[in-house]
Amino acid sequence: MSTSSATQGGFYSRIGIQGVTLVLFAGSIASYFLFPEHLALLTQLFVLMVFALSYDLLQGHGGIVSLGHAAFFGLGAYAAAILARTGYNDPLLGLVFAAIVSALVALVLTPIIVRGNDFTRLLVTLGVASLVYEAANRMRWLTGGADGLPDFEIAPLLGLYRFDFEGRTAFIYSFAVFALTYMFLWRVVTSPFGLALRGIRENARRMPAIGSPVRRHLAVAYTLSGGVAGIAGAVLAQTSRFASLDMLGFDRSAEIMMVATLGGSGHMVGVSVGAAAFGWLKDVLSTVSPKYWQLGLGIVLMLSVFVARGGIGSLLDRLRFRRSA
Amino acid sequence: MTAALSTKDLSVRFGAFRAVDGVNLNVRPGARHALIGPNGAGKTTLVHALTGSLSPTEGSIAIFGEDITRLSEKDRVRRGLARTFQINQLFRGLSVLDNVVLAIMERDRKTLAFWRSAAADKRAHDEAREHLAFVNLTPHADRAVRDLPYGSQRLLEIAIALATKPRILILDEPAAGVPSSESQAIFERIHALPQDLTLLFIEHDMSLVFRFSDRISVLVAGQVMVEGTPAEISSDDRVKEIYLGRRTGHAA
Amino acid sequence: MSNLITVTVDGIAYGMLLFLFAVGLSVTLGLMRFINLAHGAFAMGGAYLAVVLVNSGGLPFLLALPLVFIATGAVGAVMERSVIRHLYDRGALQQVLFSIGLAFALSAIATIVFGPQQQGVQIPSWLLGRISIFGLQISGYRVFLVVSGAVTAAALAYLFDYTLFGARIRAAVDNRVAAEGIGIKVDRLFVTTFAIGSALAGVGGALSIEMLGLDPTFAFKYLTMLLMIVAIGGAGSIEGSLLAALFLGVVDALFKYFLPEAGSFVIFGVLVAVLVVRPNGLRGRTA
Repeated sequence: MSTSSATQGGFYSRIGIQGVTLVLFAGSIASYFLFPEHLALLTQLFVLMVFALSYDLLQGHGGIVSLGHAAFFGLGAYAAAILARTGYNDPLLGLVFAAIVSALVALVLTPIIVRGNDFTRLLVTLGVASLVYEAANRMRWLTGGADGLPDFEIAPLLGLYRFDFEGRTAFIYSFAVFALTYMFLWRVVTSPFGLALRGIRENARRMPAIGSPVRRHLAVAYTLSGGVAGIAGAVLAQTSRFASLDMLGFDRSAEIMMVATLGGSGHMVGVSVGAAAFGWLKDVLSTVSPKYWQLGLGIVLMLSVFVARGGIGSLLDRLRFRRSA
Repeated sequence: MTAALSTKDLSVRFGAFRAVDGVNLNVRPGARHALIGPNGAGKTTLVHALTGSLSPTEGSIAIFGEDITRLSEKDRVRRGLARTFQINQLFRGLSVLDNVVLAIMERDRKTLAFWRSAAADKRAHDEAREHLAFVNLTPHADRAVRDLPYGSQRLLEIAIALATKPRILILDEPAAGVPSSESQAIFERIHALPQDLTLLFIEHDMSLVFRFSDRISVLVAGQVMVEGTPAEISSDDRVKEIYLGRRTGHAA
Repeated sequence: MSNLITVTVDGIAYGMLLFLFAVGLSVTLGLMRFINLAHGAFAMGGAYLAVVLVNSGGLPFLLALPLVFIATGAVGAVMERSVIRHLYDRGALQQVLFSIGLAFALSAIATIVFGPQQQGVQIPSWLLGRISIFGLQISGYRVFLVVSGAVTAAALAYLFDYTLFGARIRAAVDNRVAAEGIGIKVDRLFVTTFAIGSALAGVGGALSIEMLGLDPTFAFKYLTMLLMIVAIGGAGSIEGSLLAALFLGVVDALFKYFLPEAGSFVIFGVLVAVLVVRPNGLRGRTA
């Protein structure tokens, strides 16, 4: 296997990124022992990380912006919840079902999403997500409407490990999903397809001039990204035993865009760390004072456009270069 | 003999403005065919129509006898019609090598695979290095394109187009913006391209055109005013007056 | 039948309100290509200013409106000069992030200053009374909205489509370098345009309080609706925004009355359908 750093560009010096990835995974596991009474929060952080990584495949690697990615997250959550309520409550079955539902919806929507410029894309994604939200809101018989879908049981993981009150199984389950999706997406972005996706980001105009089927690439990217977002939503629904409209909402779509950008677009470790940091800060600060959290977040967002572009990811890179220098 | 690239009554209109107006072009296989003409003559618009980034209002385009008028840009590339751009269209954030690897992988339809490692594809990388060696960019292979000197970026334009394995290559001012010392080097590379590769190029520098082309079409106001060998064109009074005359007028 | 007419008239009034609210966004988006997701927050700012001027300052509502126009316009001008002009050549993503951040910050400040509760504004009683037109009982405030909307639309259409200012701004957007080359002061044009957009947002917000209410969530609550109007109308088109706003207002009112279970679903369906058929809106100016 070639270890040429060039094939992945400066970001993806292969050995370096794997080192950081191992630190990331080790830190994730260590958090289980360091914060044993915060397992529920940690589970949510893994969910946010998976969701952020799914969005980063589009924005960070493909350069496609979206203000409606929560639609796929929420679809996954509802798919898992609805399936569990019908009695098929094996968690892995629910995960697969959610991934397929979200991926299929993403695939069907691609022709209308993948066109126009950034502005029309933002609007179409916003419009489609609002449409999905309203549909879920109206279909009370299926989704419970504004009340959400509570009260469903999830069978033990692999038939062995019950989802316990302390959230140990939920932690391990969500961490495993995070680690596996991380490795899957890592393969995707370092694959020939991933290279083509970055080609679209870097110069969408040149792509047809080298014979690239751009629409097809974007359809694949959307389908993969939608499926992974659905998995994230399913894990949240299964571990919290609840699915609700806010999982589909604009706030969540806008939030994931911020998380992915602040983490460092196109930088998987940065996005993961950024998502964890964001989720943790939000949990701590928004319980203390939601309005000052919002004010702080607003200011950080405005500043991020002018300073620290490249987000946490580029800070990590700089750190690494300094160490090796 | 079937022309490598031919157009029949090709026109591109923007409203009432005829940017390309009934062009009949015949580029024979293996030609070094230059397209010249004053600014605004419609050369780049013609290239856009040929490569499919712009659809013609009227007329047809064929390569090796096959009508491609209705094909997309992508499908024309897949049939062997590649181009370079007057203004660099590179993947600036990727490495020089990856720019070429990407073109190779797209050509070989490998880019639908998201489950394989790109880095493990030794054949694509070896071939990419050959293309880079051809345009003397081997030392820069691992650099990000955005850090590359401008002249080297112009060469990378050509390497990317070559990686699509074209039968016909259209070069839109390959040495645009490059000092004349370096534009020589760029044309030396173009000259070294395999003889069976058909070349159509736009160039403003007359000494380069006369040195490197074997056929010249002069485009004026969207129409081919005259076509011939370099010797015929250099002695054509209308060309001297309309094209060369105007240019020396500018310089004075 | 009379129900249908009353609901339609309500819808027209609502549409005019949406127009006043959205047109500033259409101007900044279409003419300056700046994606301002803080437009709702600017409107919220104008609304709170109106509340302060009227309820605490004792000014009559109609006198507060021009003051709101001037104040939010001035704030917009300062913002454009200091920060926003640096964002024009950044990508859509950077503009979205910045303006969402701005909206968050403004909404948070509103919560800190005014608290999360609903605010009302005193509107003169003669405006709230019912007027009888062709036998229909219509609230005076709705008539006022329709008239203000029509006047604003006419004034803006004139300004952008028939004056030298409008021609210059379009030239500057199409080709900034060329416009500067022929002596157009692009900086000044942009600051003026952004100020007009902000001022319109502020007045739109102040006018909305009576019908939509006002609290710190206002900054985001109507953002989707605003963007839809701009998208359907075509960014930069005054007439397009007017038609889209009226259309959405009437459709929304009709469905809310006759088919409430369909709700906003229809509206979003219309948006997606329009964008699929006409990615640049019905009367898009941007290519």
